[in-house]
Amino acid sequence: MKKPKILIFSGYGLNSEVETKFAFDIAGGDAEIVHINDLISKKKKLSDYQIFAIPGGFAYGDDTGAGNGYANRLKNHLWKDIIQFINDGKLIIGICNGFQVLVNLGLLPALNLKYGERELGLMPNEIPRYTVRFVDLKTENKISPWLKDIKSLTIPVSNGEGKLYANKKTLKVMKEKNLIAFRYYKGEMCEYLNLPASPNGSIDDIAGVNDETGRILGLMPHPERAMFFTQLPNWPYLKEKILRKRPAFSPRNGIRRGEEKFPEFGPGLQIFKNGVDYTKRSSFLKKYTLK
Amino acid sequence: MISRIEILTNVFDSRAELRKKIKKIKSVTLIDVYTIDKKLFSTDLNKIGSAVINPITQKFFIRNNEKNQPYKINVFDWAIEIGFLPGVTDNISHTVKQIVEDLLKVKFIGSEDVYSSQITLISGNLNIVEIQQIADGLYNPLIQRVHIKSYKQYIKDHGMDFIVPRVKLIKKPTVSKVDLKVSDDELVKIGKSGIKNTDGSRRGPLALDIDYLKTIRNYFKSKNRSPNDIEIESLAQTWSEHCKHTIFANSIDEVKDGLFKHYIKRATKEIRKKKSNDFCVSVFNDNSGAIVFDKKYLITHKVETHNSPSALDPFGGAVTGIVGVNRDTLGFGLGAKPIANYFGFCLSDPRIEKKLYKGANLTQPMLSSYRIMNGVIDGVNAGGNQSGIPTPQGFLNFDERFRGKPLVFVGTIGLIPKKIKGKPSHVKKACPGDYVVMLGGRVGKDGIHGATFSSEAMDCGSPSTAVQIGDPITQKKLSDAIVKEARDMLLYNSITDNGAGGLSCSVSEMAKESGGVIVNLEKVPLKYPGLEPWEIWISESQERMTLAVPKEKWKKFKSLMDSREVEATIIGKFTDSGKCLVLYNGKIIMDIDMDFLHDGLPTKFLTTTYNPKKHDEPNISLEKNFGATLLKMLSRLNITSFSFISQQYDYVVQANSILPPLQGRGRVNADSSAIRPSLNSQKGLVMSQGLYPSYSDIDTYHMAASAIDTAIRNAVAAGADPEYLAILDNFCWCSANDSERLGSLKRSAQACYDYAVSYGTPFISGKDSMFNDFNGYDEKGKPINISIPPTLLISSIGVINDINKVVSLDLKKSGDLIYILGETKSELGGSEYYAMHNSIGNNVPKVDAKKNKKLYDLFFKAIQKNMIASSISVGRGGIAVALAKTAIGGKLGIQIDLKNIPGNVSRDDYILYSESQGRIIVSIDPKNKDKFEKNFKNVGFGLIGKVTETPAFEIIGLENKKIINLKVDELEKAYKSTFKDY
Repeated sequence: MKKPKILIFSGYGLNSEVETKFAFDIAGGDAEIVHINDLISKKKKLSDYQIFAIPGGFAYGDDTGAGNGYANRLKNHLWKDIIQFINDGKLIIGICNGFQVLVNLGLLPALNLKYGERELGLMPNEIPRYTVRFVDLKTENKISPWLKDIKSLTIPVSNGEGKLYANKKTLKVMKEKNLIAFRYYKGEMCEYLNLPASPNGSIDDIAGVNDETGRILGLMPHPERAMFFTQLPNWPYLKEKILRKRPAFSPRNGIRRGEEKFPEFGPGLQIFKNGVDYTKRSSFLKKYTLK
Repeated sequence: MISRIEILTNVFDSRAELRKKIKKIKSVTLIDVYTIDKKLFSTDLNKIGSAVINPITQKFFIRNNEKNQPYKINVFDWAIEIGFLPGVTDNISHTVKQIVEDLLKVKFIGSEDVYSSQITLISGNLNIVEIQQIADGLYNPLIQRVHIKSYKQYIKDHGMDFIVPRVKLIKKPTVSKVDLKVSDDELVKIGKSGIKNTDGSRRGPLALDIDYLKTIRNYFKSKNRSPNDIEIESLAQTWSEHCKHTIFANSIDEVKDGLFKHYIKRATKEIRKKKSNDFCVSVFNDNSGAIVFDKKYLITHKVETHNSPSALDPFGGAVTGIVGVNRDTLGFGLGAKPIANYFGFCLSDPRIEKKLYKGANLTQPMLSSYRIMNGVIDGVNAGGNQSGIPTPQGFLNFDERFRGKPLVFVGTIGLIPKKIKGKPSHVKKACPGDYVVMLGGRVGKDGIHGATFSSEAMDCGSPSTAVQIGDPITQKKLSDAIVKEARDMLLYNSITDNGAGGLSCSVSEMAKESGGVIVNLEKVPLKYPGLEPWEIWISESQERMTLAVPKEKWKKFKSLMDSREVEATIIGKFTDSGKCLVLYNGKIIMDIDMDFLHDGLPTKFLTTTYNPKKHDEPNISLEKNFGATLLKMLSRLNITSFSFISQQYDYVVQANSILPPLQGRGRVNADSSAIRPSLNSQKGLVMSQGLYPSYSDIDTYHMAASAIDTAIRNAVAAGADPEYLAILDNFCWCSANDSERLGSLKRSAQACYDYAVSYGTPFISGKDSMFNDFNGYDEKGKPINISIPPTLLISSIGVINDINKVVSLDLKKSGDLIYILGETKSELGGSEYYAMHNSIGNNVPKVDAKKNKKLYDLFFKAIQKNMIASSISVGRGGIAVALAKTAIGGKLGIQIDLKNIPGNVSRDDYILYSESQGRIIVSIDPKNKDKFEKNFKNVGFGLIGKVTETPAFEIIGLENKKIINLKVDELEKAYKSTFKDY
């Protein structure tokens, strides 16, 4: 089976495109990093791809509000292509700065599928400073293909403006319509690190949002920064736990049959797999032949 | 036409909340202001307003003539508006300008521009003096302006004023002749304060001493003409201590070939010859040093300092420092990709208020220690985070002698394919005929005399134009366009950074590769018109690289850069004429032989003395409460947690983190960290450092030896291979014209040779900063001189084959055995324990490299066999602090018996706090006991205790009594107490 083509946006200070491509590639996709200006100049076509991702970064230095500058550029030049992409039933993900871009573009939550109107704000963190730490996320969301088989997830946040704001009405509708993709909660990693659940004072502990189709997902935490086991802060501890199950070191220093190996991948990879898998579904394939 | 777009956040704003620092402030509202100096219709202004806010959380108001009524706003008492001074880099305005251009499809032409500022509205019963104080805490007069209005005034004036900080240069750019046929006194003045302007003022330090100026005079005499100002300024840059490292290069006592060649370079040369695996690829001759990573890639490393600018504008100084050293990575070979940043701040106690002035009569106040600390932390935050480069490793060091000049170390590790289209990537050569291309930012007055300024002590003449503010996003665009695109298409022959000395240094440096250059200075894009030619030539405006682009590749190069919005301009041509020629509007204004420019400076013969002071041995009474002392030690500035920094520096970007900066459940600051440079490879890179400024008070030889041992040991403790380590040196000295200071420098350089060779660890790159002195006035207006303690930072990097083998510092499981490797001696001279007792002492730690090397080799073997569960190198604060950190990290208890610690120390407190080098504390799974002890049987080790489930920290002393019995929680609280509110 051919691999789905995934476009990873770059340029103007986005900075996580390389590792986001890597995550999609190991998840079974064929990801390509494309500078936004190559789409504007029509060197590349958005319609050639089945998924697009706006990765993390610091586009336009977060000036005039994180994500706003890049959203303006997309809106000024690629708006029609993006709407077509959505109407074609394809998948979109925005991670961290990418989430901020999607919110400023009005693609999330896009109540009543009205794309283009801003309904949320991502504001400076409760303590207005860049914050890097691991968080635990849980999801009860049933509609987003990005979240299939995920109940909880341990991945890091890394941002200055991650505090989600919504007015009461919007929040109520979002809850009713299953548009809250992730919430921060005090899980195992918070216990391990002795940190509170929420890193930023986000309303209702919201960490991620999807649209009503479920095909557009935005989240502040970075799944690609927990795609390997060795990215977890407690992996040296987990490694020791595995080693304790083995007998004392043997001169050959190899792993014997039946012995547990160190895991290679981390929890974040599942989101990328879900995205790739969805494009391989028969219902998706019927509409789009993968080149 | 001037319009102000004023933006009000109408939901809870955490930025405003942060400013409610004093009780009297009842509420704070922030208004972000973009002042647009361009003719625009109000429909356009409304469009812009909508584009730069989020309507869910913000409102905007437009004021486009001074009679506008102020918009409806809650009553407040004071308004403080802070904006930039003319010519200071304003990154926000840059973004707004781009948004406007893209939105309206218009261009800003001529002097049209955008300026950002911010109004802080304050409610509270405060008088003007108090408001002035609050304002002083918010702005830096060197780069910013402030305007204060009462509510009444604000209403009367219909808001804040319309201010456009446009740069206005009225003088027509000219080139003037400089007469060097003057008295020696006048030559000295020219060297110290600069070329005289027609109005009698001087242009700022050249840092050329009289011998240099006489050499220049003779050169121009032989040419039968007087030099132009640009020629003198250019020579001053190229010959500066900052660029030529004259103190390290010149003959010193019996060392005829100079300290650098004799000690540093020679060590590397000898090590490379001996080593079976010579992993060095490019040492000392490029912007970074490089070693082999694997079959495909090289790793580069460079550490810089940015001390003088950080003293004046800590934020700007530090952000410029970090993005500057990123360019040393981009400027390595054909361009390496930055994959990790590194920081180190040597500061004075932020809790101590000690006023200092640069000028007499209490003028030109220096910023407080607190603001310098916060500023440099914020600067590296902005520079590193915005550039998308992880910052997994760094350190803090405190000494009151860093009050006059802080040391701001910034480093960057890079990754570059060994070959690009079959061509070795570390080789570059500008060819005659290649275009000289300036890439990136534009040139302004910022950063003029940066190189010569940092080659001098700081005093009242220190120029504020030496301050620059980095623009990480402009550089990020440039960086991406180079290392992710143009490099791999081989679109240029050579590339280098525009750092110290600006074009004058980068262009003439690269011209060495071809044998000459001709530059048309009027082609250089400027931020604003009116710069003098000499200013264009030496300005250190940021975010610029210089490239040599072959004629046939220019079109492709230019169109790629255009499509990435990176400005590329041909400013000249490389030649083989043997000359550095600079033209301005067709007229030759600089014509200097390349030989003279680079090698014409006279050699000097330095002589040294070295008579270190004997200190009193401290008389410390026998400890009564060991527990309380340990808690006090843990909260000391040089030991305490700085997790508030580690938590704001992104270490997870690029997905390459392996060993994080904060380790274990207790999130303890680690001395080493590890990354995975290539996600496709199982190989890793361990990085660490060592420095002991306090040991310099006793003997700089042992100071340097300890720094090297620590940098190596820290890395080894985390899993590095002692056979695959490289180190970097950063010397920060003071009053380096003084023979005694030179003596201390020479001794430390000698130790660098001795220990690098003994460990077989080559130096691959280095840098020095020789004049870290402050000459000014204290709070009473009395003259004061503050010199830093001589500081040598050794940074280490090591390549490992398997990332799964690295070990973190936290205890893992109760029942594990705790061992110490290496011997403990009574070596507390210069230690943190003595410092706590306000003493220095004399027994500085001495390093036995041969013994330690054997231990480190065995340690590496043990780690490869998965024998080590946790490991921590014993450093500042000795055994007690290392044990506390490992316990806090694991949130597990320990029971330790000091009697089992190898060594011959007879006092409990000295055992606990001695800083003897060469020691590592580990915990192991008991099942590995026999194997472990067999492995280390030929080196000193002691089984000193075990890990316990109850989190109690218990230590039994030499007299078999429990001398410390604390809860691990108590340790953690003390360890995290000092900066808990930061």
